[in-house]
Amino acid sequence: MGQRVGLEVSLACSEAVKLANVDVIAAYPITPQTHIVEHLSELVADGHLDAEFVPVESEHTAMSACVGSSAAGARTFTSSAAQGLALMHEILFIASSLRLPIVMAVANRSLSGPISIWNDHSDIMAERDINWIQYFAENGQEVLDLTIAAFKIAEDKRVTLPVAVNLDGFVLTHVIEPIDMPDQKEVDAYLPPFAPQQKLDIANPISMGLVGVPEIYTEAKKACQVALEESYGVIKEHWDGFAKQFGRQYNPIETYKADDAEILLVTMGSLGETCMSAVDQMRADGLKVGQVRIRLWRPFPADDFLAAVKGAKSLVVMDRALQPGSASGPVATELKSLLFDRGKQMYVSNFVAGLGGRDVTRADFAGMVKKTMEAQSAGQQMACEMWGVKE
Amino acid sequence: MTPPTTAAVQPVHPQDHLLRTDRIPHIWCSGCGIGIVFGALMAAVMKSGTPLDDVAVVSGIGCTGRMAGYIKLDSFHTTHGRAIPFATGLKLARPQGKVVVASGDGDLLAIGGNHFIHAARRNMDLTIICVNNFNYGMTGGQLAPSTPFGAKTTTTPLGSPDEPFNFCALAAACGATYVARWTALHVRRLTNAITEAMNKKGFSFVEVIAPCPTAFGRRNKIRRALDLLRFYYDRSVVKNQLDPGEATIDFDHSLAVGKFLDIERPTFLDHYEMVNRGEVEAWPATGVDASAAGKRKAG
Repeated sequence: MGQRVGLEVSLACSEAVKLANVDVIAAYPITPQTHIVEHLSELVADGHLDAEFVPVESEHTAMSACVGSSAAGARTFTSSAAQGLALMHEILFIASSLRLPIVMAVANRSLSGPISIWNDHSDIMAERDINWIQYFAENGQEVLDLTIAAFKIAEDKRVTLPVAVNLDGFVLTHVIEPIDMPDQKEVDAYLPPFAPQQKLDIANPISMGLVGVPEIYTEAKKACQVALEESYGVIKEHWDGFAKQFGRQYNPIETYKADDAEILLVTMGSLGETCMSAVDQMRADGLKVGQVRIRLWRPFPADDFLAAVKGAKSLVVMDRALQPGSASGPVATELKSLLFDRGKQMYVSNFVAGLGGRDVTRADFAGMVKKTMEAQSAGQQMACEMWGVKE
Repeated sequence: MTPPTTAAVQPVHPQDHLLRTDRIPHIWCSGCGIGIVFGALMAAVMKSGTPLDDVAVVSGIGCTGRMAGYIKLDSFHTTHGRAIPFATGLKLARPQGKVVVASGDGDLLAIGGNHFIHAARRNMDLTIICVNNFNYGMTGGQLAPSTPFGAKTTTTPLGSPDEPFNFCALAAACGATYVARWTALHVRRLTNAITEAMNKKGFSFVEVIAPCPTAFGRRNKIRRALDLLRFYYDRSVVKNQLDPGEATIDFDHSLAVGKFLDIERPTFLDHYEMVNRGEVEAWPATGVDASAAGKRKAG
């Protein structure tokens, strides 16, 4: 067994990357991701991690270098946030379409402008359609565990896709938490060395990244999309395997006091823990409230979600990013589309909250539930609301 | 306790009219060189004689990038690396104004490096002030394109394995018409350089070697701001008119400072207007002998 240590969550992420024994890290500094890669550079410099650390000149270069190293068969990691993630944009599609199992920690931060270094999900929501596996951690332990698992999932022959592990900037990256640090032996037993199915190899030359003419482009995209959809089963398998090895279970959709709940709050990321506390408070006040937490965002675990909400009458959906010009935020859009497709009638309210680092408190959750209940009992349909806008 | 009584006369700094005083206190660390450069810029704006309505200051992201927020002129704080392209658009839309770009080494020459070389190539009429503190200060001191070989940063704890750019040589090689370098302790000469650069038509580049005691100095055992300022100043050797290719930043032998280049060359707008007026001859000027095409002399 490993040991419990007090560690900044960014450093826990770096330690996970060390335990995964990566070969190449290419990164560019950006708040609030910086501590992750700084600690990795120390681990490499001190000889604790036998890897190449490449401090490049931009995020566009960082992701490009990751594509190169992954294509050469190296286990590859990077980390970014906000503007940096946006600057990687075109290469993110290249990484997934070349089926390169890069792992990236995204220290979620709002996109400019106005310039903001604080937390929300506008960065990753702008990259929703990059065909990467995308999931969210809620606390430091989850960051460590899900980063280790990310390599296992990404490199599985049935998947071979990149994975983005999302952790909320500052709220997670800059706090010190107790972390159960696994032994190297345990991690080695769970995560074997990277054995790519194909790589750039002078002994066996292949070409990568070539033109897809109209006759094959659609099929190439289809293959990539199918791989993402089918990764669902592998993700579950490797999260279950993680539980066997380390004793901590992760699921695509998780619930809290949801079984008999009439109203379910839906959260993603670190807001989930505040929300749990809010649920406790509302339960104490006699409200039949529960919570559904979306851990796996892409591929979206539709059946798990429907199973989790089947007994409830209404959903209060939290979004931490805007979808301007649309009727809902990105998460609510996803859920409403799913409910419609499956013929499930539910009352759905949608709140966009916690933008640019603004706190969302227990009282905020209670306020959203109250507002939803009032509108529902009055038979009013609710428009998506930006919560707490100062007039 | 009663608060201390304020003096009846509030002292006013002579540059206050150029400062968004409501934004003060600023975010720069004590001992940072950016404040000196900022003061020099404000002095140069006045000295250049340009009407204040005709000056715009553009900066990117980073510690130096904050200048755009503190100066009380038309200013724009762009995204990381994009100060020069933004300034290019501004200059083309309002060619009569002076556009000053003030940003850091990481912003201008790493993530924004491509824009730097192309604006110099086109000879865009911009004044570029680069505060070179040898690292990314705002994010805590990572490797930058200026970090000296062997110097420690948070991402190169054993010392940088990279060779840094020589920004002045790069600017000159790419087509700049004015190139100067001073340290933050050469305040008067720096102010004069920025003034000249503002009044120069063409791509003008002023590099300022500035102390970052908090991030760079601390990791390289020169922790005190004055020591770092002195370290750069003492090693500097004034070599005006020196070939920019030889204007090395060599901390052991000679850290060349001075005005290295001041030449005339048509700007992008000069050439653009010539093309639009139809004053440019067909290319190639020597013409092509169509009858010779495809024929080669044997032997």
